Amino acid sequence: MDKHISSQFDAELGSVSTRVLELGGLVESQIRHAVYSLSQFSSEVADQVIATEAQVNSMEVEIDRDLSSIIARRQPTARDLRLLIAISKITANLERAGDESEKIARMVKSIITTGNARALPSSELRIASDLASGLLRKALDAFARLDVTEAVSILKEDDLIDAEFDGFVRKLVTYMMEDPRTISASLDLLFVAKAIERIGDHAKNIAEFIIYVVKGADVRHIALADVESAVQ
Amino acid sequence: MYDLYPGQRAEGSINFDGENILNPKQDLNLLRSRIGMVFQKPTPFPMSIYDNIAFGVKLYENLSRSDMDDRVEWALQKAAIWDEVKNKLNQSGLSLSGGQQQRLCIARGIAVKPSILLLDEPTSALDPISTGKVEELVHTLKSEYTVVIVTHNMQQAARVSDYTAYMYLGELMEFGETDQIFMKPARQETEDYITGRFG
Repeated sequence: MDKHISSQFDAELGSVSTRVLELGGLVESQIRHAVYSLSQFSSEVADQVIATEAQVNSMEVEIDRDLSSIIARRQPTARDLRLLIAISKITANLERAGDESEKIARMVKSIITTGNARALPSSELRIASDLASGLLRKALDAFARLDVTEAVSILKEDDLIDAEFDGFVRKLVTYMMEDPRTISASLDLLFVAKAIERIGDHAKNIAEFIIYVVKGADVRHIALADVESAVQ
Repeated sequence: MYDLYPGQRAEGSINFDGENILNPKQDLNLLRSRIGMVFQKPTPFPMSIYDNIAFGVKLYENLSRSDMDDRVEWALQKAAIWDEVKNKLNQSGLSLSGGQQQRLCIARGIAVKPSILLLDEPTSALDPISTGKVEELVHTLKSEYTVVIVTHNMQQAARVSDYTAYMYLGELMEFGETDQIFMKPARQETEDYITGRFG
């Protein structure tokens, strides 16, 4: 981005953007570990994911404090103001994605305790979880480069995760009908699947805020076709 | 006034109420009663606070003593300075502080009930509290008058105006609703200026 007269202002905006990417990296690894703990039924890895949550929370608080300080001191306008608003929202979405991975980790521990999950199709969550964590990574890349084209393609991909989720729910229902003893574990898996689907939603929200920064258009809650015409 | 300076001239047209005010046949005194103006530096007349307000009114209207008293109070009330000067209306306008002098000039400007009020950098020489009072005044006045305010302070433009025009070196760069200008300006030049990227 072109420079402000005040290079200190540039440094402050650069520093807070970098913090967001650090937070994003942390949440991304949290998600990967949560999914790994599910595929390996590893209680230790699940514990790690839960422990990381405190770090994510404190980073969110620090970023918000930096944002308030910049707004109070610089009175940003136009693109600068949009960037700071977007960072605030992106940070909140990242923190929520972190919450979802913590939820997954807690479910994994619950499934391990009840001990009858191995008969369930938990490996089939792999596709959806890879899609979701990949989407979050793409969202962070797009934010780092303020890439609108990439942001639009993220909006499209979120639909794939939703489709995977619907398919998985149908499958779980058949399991539960065949053998009612799997109902308890199936419900845990359902919550895991829902958490993965929510992570995809958060990635999508981040993509929408990237479009807001660059184009000044608020594309939340509007159809994909209209989004594409808004970013022209 | 530009006639007084050698080499200065006015071209084009400035339309007000459907008439070009640069037309030589324009009645300037009438025009001055319909367009009030307040300058960067407070310019109270060297006379009492009361006469500062009454002076302009007397030029256009023949009011009884009590009507004139009412008009002076009304103008000073509107300009949010009445409470500070009501007990010393016979003191010189020059005895007031800078912020009070500026509000006195605004009161003088609105006393003749103009249609338009021009404010040229009205707060650039004032402290933040006086600035706040003048801005508050602009907010209350804008329901009854068209207020045109020139300012170098971008935050002030953002705070007080409904529409903003960005001018650079005498050229109009962009005009639009204030929200649009400050959130999503149409021109890159405007964006660079308001975000401090100008250089």
